[in-house]
Amino acid sequence: MARVRIQTEDFDVGAELVSLRAGDLRVGAVCSFVGTVRDTRAITGVAGDEIRSMELEHYPGMTEKAIEAMIDEAHQRFDFYEARIIHRIGLLQPADQIVFVAVTSAHRGESFKACEFLMDYLKTQAPFWKKEQTPQGAQWVDARVSDDAALARWGIDANNA
Amino acid sequence: MKIQLRYFASIREDLGLAAEELDCDASNAAGLLAELRARGGAYAQALAEGRPVRVAINQVMARADTPLSEGAEVGLFPPVTGG
Repeated sequence: MARVRIQTEDFDVGAELVSLRAGDLRVGAVCSFVGTVRDTRAITGVAGDEIRSMELEHYPGMTEKAIEAMIDEAHQRFDFYEARIIHRIGLLQPADQIVFVAVTSAHRGESFKACEFLMDYLKTQAPFWKKEQTPQGAQWVDARVSDDAALARWGIDANNA
Repeated sequence: MKIQLRYFASIREDLGLAAEELDCDASNAAGLLAELRARGGAYAQALAEGRPVRVAINQVMARADTPLSEGAEVGLFPPVTGG
């Protein structure tokens, strides 16, 4: 199974976790993260904050290359076995799954760290762009300075937001 | 030198263009942005100074001083927002 998948289809988290460690008796820990489409109105209660849908665009070719390089970098830093990253593109609705990162290792510490590192890296270095449909019309999502700060904790200058 | 430009997200929309070939004089990423900006019109707006524009050369994130090479594929896009 490929380490990186960019797809319009949804994914089954349970099935992915089962297949990631299938037959690998070295594994004692599996850590995963799932990012989903958030409707900000459900948090703030403000009608204007509604996210009606989200469109995800990417840079075919570069995206896969960039994420493969991130996993290679993670292997240099952490002692884990396998990693898998799935990122959806196209039109998504509130509550839909967007991204999946999972890592296997012998003990939990390394997979927790590698999973967080991969997500922090992906947020600022993988060429995806989100466009939200809101009551005010379509809006491109702004990059967050806090995401650059998250990557800086690992000693990497994101140079994104 | 000839390069292949690819535009994404808000920059693609602002230019109304996804890709084009350019015979450029610039030798690095920053020079290329200045050269495109100097075309004026939609280019001056989409790539305005102070507006964050990221550059990838041959599908790898570039810095201002990253050199261009003949036939390079150069992607121009706003800060990324995946995940």
